[in-house]
Amino acid sequence: MEILNLEGTEDTPKIILDKGNGIFEISGRSLPEDSAEFYQPVLDWINEYAESPNPSTDFMFKLEYFNTASSKLILDVLSALEDIDGVNILWYFHEDDEDMEEAGEEFSELVEIPFEFKTY
Amino acid sequence: MKYIFDLHQTMLEQNLILVYEGEFTQEITKSVLAMAERNMDSSGEESTIKRKVFNVMVECLQNIVKHADDVEHNHSAIFMIGKQDNEYIIVSGNPIRRNHVASLKEKLDQINSLDKDGLKNLYKDIIKNTEISDKGGAGLGFVDMARKSGRKLEYDFLDMENGDSFFCLKCSIARV
Repeated sequence: MEILNLEGTEDTPKIILDKGNGIFEISGRSLPEDSAEFYQPVLDWINEYAESPNPSTDFMFKLEYFNTASSKLILDVLSALEDIDGVNILWYFHEDDEDMEEAGEEFSELVEIPFEFKTY
Repeated sequence: MKYIFDLHQTMLEQNLILVYEGEFTQEITKSVLAMAERNMDSSGEESTIKRKVFNVMVECLQNIVKHADDVEHNHSAIFMIGKQDNEYIIVSGNPIRRNHVASLKEKLDQINSLDKDGLKNLYKDIIKNTEISDKGGAGLGFVDMARKSGRKLEYDFLDMENGDSFFCLKCSIARV
C-alpha cells in the first residue's frame, strides 16, 4: 500500500501513514483554510487500509494546535479508525497543555477506541 | 495629518498591540498570527496563555474569512489585539446582513448562558451532529472561543448607513 507522507506547514500538520513500517502519525498545527479538503486523502487512505489492516495499529496524534474545523475532521478520522480491529490511539500533549489533554479526553468519549495519553 | 497622531494615541490609550483593517484571507490570517506570536514570544508570555490567545485569534480570524463575504463590497473588516496587565483582548468587527443578526445574537446568548460543563456538552453535541458547512466551518468557533476564554463573549451590532449591521465581538483572556 502506498505511503501517505505530507510535510507539515505553518497551517497544516505533518502526516505519515505507512502501513509497511507501521507508522501512523498526525502532528503539528492544523488550521487549514479548507479542513475537509485537506483531510480527504487521509480518510481515503484509512478506508483503503481498513480492507487489510496490520494486526495492530498505533495511531499517533501529536498536535500542537488545531482549529475547530479540523476538530470535526479529526473526529471523522477517529470514526474511520473505529471500524478497524487492533487500533490504539496515542494522544500526545505538551505537559502544560491542559486544553489539548482535555480535547483528547473528549474525543475518547466520542469514539469506541482505546486512547493512551502521553506527554512530551 | 492629525489623524495619524490621533490613531496612534487611541492605540496607546486602548493598549492595542496590533490592529489590522482590510481584506481577510487565509494568507493574512497566517501573517497576523505570526506577528501576534512574535509579540508574545518577545515579551516572554507564558505558554498556556499564549496558546489560548492563539486559539481565540484563529477562530476569530477564520470566522471573518468564512463569513464576512455574506455582505457585498465588504471584504473589509477589523481585527485588534489589546494587551493589559491582567488580560489580552481579542476584538473583531465586520459587516453582516441585518437579517442575520437575530440568529447570530441567539447563538451568542445561548453560549453566554452556559457554564463550563454546559459549553463542553454543547461542543460535543455540535461536533457529533453537524457536518462541515459549504463555507468550511464546523459551527464550533464561538463555543470554542468561550471555552478557551473562560469568560462571556461581549458583542454588539451597530446599524450601518447602507442597511447592513456591523458585528463587534470581544473576547478576553486572563493573564493571571
